[in-house]
Amino acid sequence: MARKTMIEAIRDAMDVSMGRDERVIVFGEDVGFFGGVFRCTAGLQAKYGKSRCFDAPINESGIVGAAIGMAAYGLRPCVEVQFADYVYPGYDQIVSEAARLRYRSNGDFTCPIVVRMPSGGGIFGGQTHSQSPEALFTHVSGLKVVVPSNPRDAKGLLIAAIEDPDPVIFFEPKRLYNGPFDGHHERPVTPWSKHELGEVPDGHYSVPLGKAAIRREGSDVTVLAYGTMVYVAEAAAAETGIDAEIIDLRTLLPLDLDAIVASVSKTGRCVVVHEATQTSGFGAELATLVQENCFYHLETPIARVAGWDTPYPHAQEWDYFPGPARVGRALIETMEA
Amino acid sequence: MTDTGMLRFHVPEPEVRPGGAPDFSNVPIPRAGSVPRPEIDVDPREIRDLAFSIIRVLNRAGEAVGPWAGLLSDEELLEGLRHMMTLRAFDARMQMAQRQGKTSFYMQHLGEEAVSCAFRKALAPGDMNFPTYRQAGLLIAGGYPMVTMMNQIYSNEADPLKGRQLPIMYSSKEHGFFSISGNLATQYIQAVGWAMASAISSDSRIAAAWIGDGSTAESDFHAALVFASTYKAPVVLNVVNNQWAISTFQGIARGGSGTFAARGLGFGIPALRVDGNDYLAVHAVAKWAIERARRNLGPTLIEHVTYRAGAHSTSDDPSAYRPKAESDAWPLGDPVIRLKNHLIRLGVWSEERHAQAEAEILDTVIAAQKQAEEHGTLHSGNKPSTRDMFEGVYEQMPPHLRRQRQQAGV
Repeated sequence: MARKTMIEAIRDAMDVSMGRDERVIVFGEDVGFFGGVFRCTAGLQAKYGKSRCFDAPINESGIVGAAIGMAAYGLRPCVEVQFADYVYPGYDQIVSEAARLRYRSNGDFTCPIVVRMPSGGGIFGGQTHSQSPEALFTHVSGLKVVVPSNPRDAKGLLIAAIEDPDPVIFFEPKRLYNGPFDGHHERPVTPWSKHELGEVPDGHYSVPLGKAAIRREGSDVTVLAYGTMVYVAEAAAAETGIDAEIIDLRTLLPLDLDAIVASVSKTGRCVVVHEATQTSGFGAELATLVQENCFYHLETPIARVAGWDTPYPHAQEWDYFPGPARVGRALIETMEA
Repeated sequence: MTDTGMLRFHVPEPEVRPGGAPDFSNVPIPRAGSVPRPEIDVDPREIRDLAFSIIRVLNRAGEAVGPWAGLLSDEELLEGLRHMMTLRAFDARMQMAQRQGKTSFYMQHLGEEAVSCAFRKALAPGDMNFPTYRQAGLLIAGGYPMVTMMNQIYSNEADPLKGRQLPIMYSSKEHGFFSISGNLATQYIQAVGWAMASAISSDSRIAAAWIGDGSTAESDFHAALVFASTYKAPVVLNVVNNQWAISTFQGIARGGSGTFAARGLGFGIPALRVDGNDYLAVHAVAKWAIERARRNLGPTLIEHVTYRAGAHSTSDDPSAYRPKAESDAWPLGDPVIRLKNHLIRLGVWSEERHAQAEAEILDTVIAAQKQAEEHGTLHSGNKPSTRDMFEGVYEQMPPHLRRQRQQAGV
């Protein structure tokens, strides 16, 4: 077992999958010879050849559409969209085609594809390199939606996604590629080599889709988070001294409702956090599910911390990003309400 | 500075609107047999003129002439006629069934039967079509059971798609017919992806993509041509130009380019136009393009020049936007009549045998319809269960769908 960055872990997942199953192929913009703008596919073309890892034209509907045709043929494409912000030209192919192919053909054709894309902010990427559009995909029946928060999960979840018989949208919080990030942008970056979840087992293993992980056990309040916000919530709990139970959802669809209900039933309080804009965000679904399933256990109203309902700004990045101060205030208010 | 005057906004208009006399004098129709047949491995740059001509085999006298003729035996031609007649009879019965309330919707092929029926016979087993909603000839000519098609149209208990999909959105992997989406153009790039996968897998199967003239305006058409060109995918890119996209004449999608086939030229893809109402020409051109694909020579674009003689769908009334007699004036005639006349000319067919065949085919279609209706129609008899509605969204039903199914009480 070695310490790896999330980039190395993701690359390792594709490497292991391509080595085990020749139906697995990888393509996208800049992913072939160069190995991807974030280097997630570096070395794969040299190792597996140009038929299995290659550059694609800049055309996201083409990348996803071709992948759907390949999956219908019997391959297992794992494609990269360079930034989640660029997925929209491929959105029709994902929503109208990939997600419904099994259903509308009654299983005559299926679509085992993975669409990987870096998401989230924290890198001064402005509105075209910072978005978190996961709710646009959790709203679509027929998709699975995954957001890992660390290298170990990223590898296991990506292998599970590649082996899954249905289409999986795989978000990679880009601010976590090189180390955990708790929102304290003024502090030095912590590398994954200093974090236990940077320990990535060698070879093949998978983390099942639909299972959450408890990152911090606690008794005061349940925090539902995923991706970068897991570390922001940890920092908020440490800084407020509130004994929060932090659940890393890992998969948004299907969702581990049992883990959520068990935790909120125990703590009686719930704070939902995500980077994405608030209105109609995935937090709305989480808050509703908690209300439906845990109402009689709740001692205070469910709180929600999310990105503001503006486009992702550039200069005001840290006014926008829901950092530990905002999450901490929500924890305190939830305890005092 | 030169005075250039005010800018003017341009919106193309068809030659004639309802009330006017149909006029196709602006559609140049080359003589049958006049377009050369290039070698399979021709350099695409040498045949750019084929994107602006029309390959035709059957002449007005019913003879098969020129370099594209002579590929099909009398038996194969008789079978082709039967396929087109069957599709036409099938359409007529299903159109009527929709009017009788037995299903919600139907789309017929009237005038376009040759395109899909002839193309199907040029394919090999295992090849995959990514069709639109107006290529059911691929199924009829491929021997797919009419009863199964009708079960799908009726969304009845025997519908292979369990009532989940609109009528005529068939799917049959076994018959090389990819699930019809109902969205336009999305399948075009998927066909290219399928073909790329076949090449990646060192297979010998090829794909055929289908799209209408109107939908070539979609971005996915461009995506498909870029990918097909870049990776030399073994795919035949069919554009069925039936002149009308619901109420919109083909000039709105075509814009200033001479033809839809010409779209292929900028991508270095050889592009041919074919008389889509000529069974022999469609088959010959399909055969040429399919062989190119199979010999690793890459994609070919075929524009099938035809005419949608019927309405777009059962929800459409063409008299509101084009002259009623326009289809009679269409210069390429009717595909069934043209092949019939050719077979009579060959001495293997007659008006009497044609009338007899029409009656026999109608009986077969009616028998299939009766059999299908024993399984129910959309609003009467047995239909797929509410439980079926929840199945098949994923391979394994996730917990949230299981809970919703319980809420629905099934």
